[in-house]
Amino acid sequence: MIPAAFEYYRPKDMAGVLSILEEHGDDARVMAGGHSLIPMMKLRMADVGHLIDLQDVEGMSEIDISGNTIRIGAMVTQHDIIDHHALSAAAPILREAALQIADPQVRYMGTVGGNVANGDPGNDMPGLMQCLDATFHLTGPDGEHTVAARDFYEAAYMTAREDDQVLTAVSMPKPAGGHAYEKQKRKIGDYATAAAAALIVKDGFTCASASIAMTNLSDTPVYSEAAGAALVGTSVDDAAVGAAVAAMLGDIDPTEDNRGPIAFKKHVAGVILRRAIERAWSRA
Amino acid sequence: MSKKQHYTITVNGKEEEFLAEPRELLIYTLRERLNITGPHIGCETSHCGACTVTIDGKSVKACTMFVAQADGKDVTTIEGIGGPDNLHPLQNAFKEHHGLQCGYCTPGMITRATKFLEENPNPTEEEIRFGMAGNICRCTGYQNIVKSIQAAAAEMSAVREAAE
Repeated sequence: MIPAAFEYYRPKDMAGVLSILEEHGDDARVMAGGHSLIPMMKLRMADVGHLIDLQDVEGMSEIDISGNTIRIGAMVTQHDIIDHHALSAAAPILREAALQIADPQVRYMGTVGGNVANGDPGNDMPGLMQCLDATFHLTGPDGEHTVAARDFYEAAYMTAREDDQVLTAVSMPKPAGGHAYEKQKRKIGDYATAAAAALIVKDGFTCASASIAMTNLSDTPVYSEAAGAALVGTSVDDAAVGAAVAAMLGDIDPTEDNRGPIAFKKHVAGVILRRAIERAWSRA
Repeated sequence: MSKKQHYTITVNGKEEEFLAEPRELLIYTLRERLNITGPHIGCETSHCGACTVTIDGKSVKACTMFVAQADGKDVTTIEGIGGPDNLHPLQNAFKEHHGLQCGYCTPGMITRATKFLEENPNPTEEEIRFGMAGNICRCTGYQNIVKSIQAAAAEMSAVREAAE
């Protein structure tokens, strides 16, 4: 497999990245670990005239936990997340999800920034970030902007990021309560048939708040506010979980593909969300 | 477009300098330019792990990296791990425990396993299966691959303890 030819750049700082983006517009693409982009370039489904490798750009590989806020640089890899004890303690759902992405080799290269910025509905981090109510940090010619993860995704591979902007970090409040990231996949390395991220806060015997997001069940990740609302104020019993699953099914819009027909995907989405809620509740 | 560039990559301790197009995949650089044919091409789509090499301390599928990304890096292939006269404990264990049938996946398996055992010197069977999940064997001989890695881990721990 031989991708089309391209000009390659490895700038040392963000100013260098932005000037190449400004010069070449949408003919230029930034690349982090490359494990989404390179396969598409090999298949010639992505045509990149000017490839900007971010590996030498300073200041994008840090994990910072201060007070109630977690900030993860865009070049932090899935392996880094799995390996970072303080992060695993502060937000164990990140590690639980990262362990379910691809395989060990891919996790050494695959980054948080690439995973969330790519806009592929199959990627796990976008739904997870919506569950965590994360904020994405974008840098462009007119400075830094922030966009809520829940507002970022417009359609498959279409996001609120402009062509001249680079996603440099994600930040989020330190999550409270019980968590679960549940994923059904056909085999190691596959995208989800259905995946669910759940965060549930318990107050006494009832659910005080719940955040639920689904992956690969629409052309964007799906933050299901209604599914979360169906749990609040309940003891997360069978009826409440059933109501949350029904609400979620109203929000997703899966399509038929080689992972199965629509009815099957809806069935799996229900099973996966039920498991995620039960596990998150048991940890809440 | 597509002009050749000058690259320097250290492979198995030896500095290699050459001209190549940035789009060349590292696996082709290794196999066809540098004649280092231990890393194999299995699927060429980042799934099978036959092309696994170690780059700056990470297990990487060399079919999913452009040569330009590897410029200035330190690459280790199966040839740098051990040879016929000085088998690495993993190579010896794969030989002793029938950890290969056709052998096609073996260079990638062993290269990945060296890094895995560095990170987790005394793994459980479950940890081995999870840590080796990026490498596929189509002879389906995983049982003996796991056994080989367990044996090598025990051997390497014994050597470490003896040295202390």
